[in-house]
Amino acid sequence: MSYLRDTAALVRKDLLLELRAKEALPAMLLFVVAALAIFHFALPRGTSDVAARGLLWSALVFTALLGLTRAFVPEREQRMFDALVLAPCDRSAIWLGKAVAVLAFLAAAEVVALPAFAVFFHGLDARTVAAVALADVGIAAVGTLFGAMAVAGRARELLLPLLFLPMAIPIVVGGVGRYLWFLALYDAIFALLSWAAFEYVVAEA
Amino acid sequence: MTASEQYTAAAYLVVFVAVLAYVVIIASKLQRLQRDVARLVELAKEKLGDG
Amino acid sequence: MRSPSLPALAVLTTGLLGLGTALAFFYAPTDSDQGLSQRIFYFHVPLALTSYVCFGWGAWKALRYLRTRDERADLEGYVAVHQGVIFGALTLLTGSIWAKISWGVWWSWNEDQLVLFLVLFLFYCAYFMLRYSVEPGPARANMCAVYALFGVVLIPVSFLAIRLSKRFIHPVVFTSHGPQMTHAQFLTFCVCLAAMIALFATLYSVELAGKRLDRSLRELRELLA
Repeated sequence: MSYLRDTAALVRKDLLLELRAKEALPAMLLFVVAALAIFHFALPRGTSDVAARGLLWSALVFTALLGLTRAFVPEREQRMFDALVLAPCDRSAIWLGKAVAVLAFLAAAEVVALPAFAVFFHGLDARTVAAVALADVGIAAVGTLFGAMAVAGRARELLLPLLFLPMAIPIVVGGVGRYLWFLALYDAIFALLSWAAFEYVVAEA
Repeated sequence: MTASEQYTAAAYLVVFVAVLAYVVIIASKLQRLQRDVARLVELAKEKLGDG
Repeated sequence: MRSPSLPALAVLTTGLLGLGTALAFFYAPTDSDQGLSQRIFYFHVPLALTSYVCFGWGAWKALRYLRTRDERADLEGYVAVHQGVIFGALTLLTGSIWAKISWGVWWSWNEDQLVLFLVLFLFYCAYFMLRYSVEPGPARANMCAVYALFGVVLIPVSFLAIRLSKRFIHPVVFTSHGPQMTHAQFLTFCVCLAAMIALFATLYSVELAGKRLDRSLRELRELLA
């Protein structure tokens, strides 16, 4: 399967770049822990678990946003986008590769964030972890597509949150309420749509 | 008028005011277009006068 | 198919809007439960439905653009979304006023439609940010088309999310048992809905004509320069 091979090569490229540059991931880690600390002080003493969970989700969404803003920066700075688009691979493989890399960063950030949340607030259960895992897929799928749109604009860093946050509202609802089936539905619909639409977004870049 | 009547009237008024505002915006746009066309006519006359 | 002439459309809209307002105030019976303020319904709900029509029409044009690469479809899609945002803003305003009478607050997170329109409003306002931040051309048209398509998919997904997120106190008029309205109320509602859709068609045509005129003038200027 050359499609999978192309995707794997793209994922490896992104992970290697991040390993060498160490830009996005440390920033995401610091951000999410700092955000949780802020939330601790924003939350009155003795609030319910549901309220704490809400804060976890806002921290996760904004951390993801931080990572997504950086996702296409290497391509832009090195003017690699055109080369990537011209490469003899299916364009949706670019999306898939980038989305998997983003997913890896998100997962890495959450490996720190979730235990930190469990320590700072009270506990964590399997259902929340499952919801976070499902939400990551949706965030990576939609975020990668919108990230590719945002880098084409003049106000890149400003544009992505505006495009992405309304799309993240259902994720937060599904996450706080822990409706796993809803998150799975969201993932399926928007991953498919993003996968199909990516080719148009980079077509005439 | 009771409060309920006032609010109901306000809700309907909001829609009509929005439509009116739209007409005003279109009118100002029309004026701009009119000026643009007049300028282009001048330009065309100059060009054709030269040729 | 030839589109109907703009003056005819404008006359139709004016007539329907006048008739709808008259019916809403003088023909439809006063609601025994909510009183006079229930009459806001005759504008609020048609505005909301028309807004969906706009977004749907925009998505349809987006699909057309992605398939045919026709520049006109891009412009038409943009104008449809623009109209959708205007109707959406009016839905928010009338809904907010209605919430104030019914529940004494300007904003109720318990009202599905209102919250959904807030989400859609945010989403489609970002559409304009996207459009004005990217250089005009086929790349921009592609992105806007993709974004508009995401919008119509987001509508049902958000609706589901909002329903999940709360218990509701919103008066539900359309249930699975058909509309819970008298004939007079239903007739008024239908006239108002037709009026709003006619209003959309008129404003859409006017704005589109303006944009096309702009474009032709720009071409003319370039030719003369």
